[in-house]
Amino acid sequence: MKASLLLLQAGIAVLGAPLVSGFIRKVKNALRMRQGASLGQPYYNIAKYMAKEEVVSEATSWIFRWTPSIVLGSTVAALMFVPVFSFSLSAPGMGDVLTLFFLFSLGRFFLALAGLDTGSAFGGMGSSREMFIASFVEPVAILSVAVVAGHSASPQGGLMACSMGMSFSGMVAAAALFMVVLAETSRIPVDNQETHLELTMIHEAMLLEYSGPSLAMLETAAHTKQLIWFSLLGAILWPWPVGSSAALSDIAAAAAFFVLKIVLCAVIVGLTEVSLAKMRLFRVADFLGLAFLFSVLALVISGLGY
Amino acid sequence: MFFLSQNSRWCFDLLALFFLGVIALVSLPSFLFSAGYLRAQFSRGRSLLATGLTVFFVLSMAAVVASANLIFFLFAWEFMSLVSYFLVVFEHEHEASVKAGMIYLVMTHVGTAFLLAAFLLMHAQAGTWDFEGIRAAAPAFTPALKNILFGLFLVGFGMKAGIVPLHIWLPYAHPQAPAPVSSIMSGAMIKVAIYGLLRFIAGMLGVPPVWWGNVILVAAGISCLVGVIYALMEHDIKKLLAYHSVENIGIILLGIGAGMVFWSWGWGVLAAAAFAAGLYHTVNHAVFKGLLFLCSGSIQVATGTRDIEKLGGLIKRMPQTAASFLVGAMAISALPPLSGFVSEWLIFQVFFVGLRDASSGGKLFFAGMMACLALTSALAAACFVKAFGVAFLAMPRGRAAAEAREASLSMRSAMIFLAALTVALGLGAGLVWKMFCAVAASFLEPPASAWSGLLSGSWDLIRFPGTDACLRTPMIMLALGAGIAAVYLFVRLTARKRVMTAGRTWDCGYYRLDHRTEYTATAFSKPFRIAFSFFLLPYRKTEKIRDSFYHVKEFTYETATTPIFKRYLYDPMVRGLFKLAQYVKGFQMGSIHWYLAYIFVTILILVVIFGRP
Repeated sequence: MKASLLLLQAGIAVLGAPLVSGFIRKVKNALRMRQGASLGQPYYNIAKYMAKEEVVSEATSWIFRWTPSIVLGSTVAALMFVPVFSFSLSAPGMGDVLTLFFLFSLGRFFLALAGLDTGSAFGGMGSSREMFIASFVEPVAILSVAVVAGHSASPQGGLMACSMGMSFSGMVAAAALFMVVLAETSRIPVDNQETHLELTMIHEAMLLEYSGPSLAMLETAAHTKQLIWFSLLGAILWPWPVGSSAALSDIAAAAAFFVLKIVLCAVIVGLTEVSLAKMRLFRVADFLGLAFLFSVLALVISGLGY
Repeated sequence: MFFLSQNSRWCFDLLALFFLGVIALVSLPSFLFSAGYLRAQFSRGRSLLATGLTVFFVLSMAAVVASANLIFFLFAWEFMSLVSYFLVVFEHEHEASVKAGMIYLVMTHVGTAFLLAAFLLMHAQAGTWDFEGIRAAAPAFTPALKNILFGLFLVGFGMKAGIVPLHIWLPYAHPQAPAPVSSIMSGAMIKVAIYGLLRFIAGMLGVPPVWWGNVILVAAGISCLVGVIYALMEHDIKKLLAYHSVENIGIILLGIGAGMVFWSWGWGVLAAAAFAAGLYHTVNHAVFKGLLFLCSGSIQVATGTRDIEKLGGLIKRMPQTAASFLVGAMAISALPPLSGFVSEWLIFQVFFVGLRDASSGGKLFFAGMMACLALTSALAAACFVKAFGVAFLAMPRGRAAAEAREASLSMRSAMIFLAALTVALGLGAGLVWKMFCAVAASFLEPPASAWSGLLSGSWDLIRFPGTDACLRTPMIMLALGAGIAAVYLFVRLTARKRVMTAGRTWDCGYYRLDHRTEYTATAFSKPFRIAFSFFLLPYRKTEKIRDSFYHVKEFTYETATTPIFKRYLYDPMVRGLFKLAQYVKGFQMGSIHWYLAYIFVTILILVVIFGRP
């Protein structure tokens, strides 16, 4: 029962994830007083890629061909370790939030390798920058989740991807985590999804040589990863309903609340993107350094008992 | 030699057996590898010499670990150091080998001197050379003596383990030895130093004061970061791996240091679990670093170079070496579900419990350590993307790489065996963890009631004490495999035209891209070089030769980083030493009359002081 619900949840999450990206675009366009593409545009893109043929560079190896499957597969596997709709539907004794982060690392590792595999300078540049930013993201992500878990969990609580109630330290940690989310979902001020300018692109540079179904897989993976980060943020900042049962009515209520949280996240991300400019690559280290300070601050606050 | 026969006592407790196992796990595949490697690199006679020396090297390491007597330990230790010195200078026709050997020889003897001092102090207090006797006498040592012993052991063994700033010999010496020997040195020999730390500090001196653990943790954190940052800057594949050894020794010591802190706080079960996490990483590092060094040997045989900037595209020419290297690289980058992920997960749990349950200052300290480990593992992943991507992927950057051939059967089987072991140590984590917990418990003796709960549970489950977190690597593997398979099949079935056309990499419409336009390792590591410039102090040298004002005929560009430990710590020390020698030279004028006079004066003084009735 629980296993099938988990699979269902994973399926819905993967299918629904592009909608979140479409919604963020819509929010941004509304703020810029533009009409913009429809909500379903990410779906149309994926469908378009699926119908196209694929050009693979002669310079590449099996790493390049298998990377889309590995990236999307590991992202789907990561869905098992984060509470998406309901808290009862996560981490069935397999691991904790570290497993989630390291599954992301796995996908990133292969994506960066694929960027180098084409022999194009763009790909290499993207890989280098992605790994550079990831190395500052990881300490902040792990530390802020640890602070929340250490503050609110039961005395025996582990590093789980959710808190047990709202707290002041949790909010500060969520601020740090929000900055991480901006970096991890290739958002302004760290990266810019809307451009293919070699000076600025990071995530897109690694994907530059992909086409057809492979590109569709990688885009789906990016949408899903974004949804996972938003869920994590929601589960840490505003956990509700806590410890609910696996009964269908409870899950439905939790799912409705979840949708509300994701919408809120998307609006905030859209607002941030519109109101900030992209940073120079080396300023990103400072940006994430600030996020690290926030997570340390959260720890201090949690030490004071708030 | 009578004292050797008198003092040769052996001890095969769990700790010794554990490290004997580590030595065997690395050495046996390395011997298998060296059969093919030495034949390809050296003449028959020299191969035989190398094999003989390696046998003695491995036996001396085993003797260190299995000895139960200070004198015997010291002899085996010194034997190990000397044989490994001969292996470092094995290719003595290269200037670099001789220089590396010199640095190694000096450093290792300074380390031995510290150990000797510690052993003499222990003997003076306990009146015996036997481990058992000293262990029994140790509780009566004064705290001051214990502190002195701790310091001596930390420097003595830290020199061999490569703790920063005592690491300086490691990136010189490990790469110069033949690859199977580098594999044993990095996989096993530096672990013998970890054995020494565990045996003498944790196993003899009893419950430590909290600052010992703190000192180890800080040293470990610095070693992690310094090791991995230098590794990122390095393009010689073996030097890169050697710097990663510094990093991984740091990670091992993070576990052990946290264990000492917990132990002094009286958290028995958690202390044992932290030690077990450190031991787990010890085995993992031995296996995957052994594997990676063997792969680097295979590359060296195939291409004749260790510089990754001259490689590229090897994955097509050497598929099995590439796959083995990839497994090693993934494990060292802590990617699930391989071995490195499990041990780093465990050490993260250790720090998490510290962060959750410690009082105010301790919370921040453990948070710092946690961030340090996270940064390290992310940087290690970046470094191995660089190493694997530049060496194995895309187009070859030279003829040597373009014409490389896959390694011989003995070399391949050794690499594949270690790669399989890396996977097994990840998937069988539940079983392995319980075994290592038993090893840690054998010298820590945690309260049995709380301890037994830790060892229960099914074979695939890791349960960490103090948290409800658990880890099932086979299930993660299953989720991952199922996810990848589902995605692959879905796209296979639904994509209307899954036609793959071979094309060229997009060249912006200019000209056909070749290896000169590929991203290099130097370029890949540039963001890191800039972000850590406060520590690396990079500099560049450009030279333009002009025909005229408008036309530059030649342009050379060189970039490098400043080795700060060498320049600001060791060079002044060496200069000081030479200065001292200059003063001493004043006494040594080369005239035998003066020397006779010295002897006469010395005897006179001795008679005056000691000669009275």
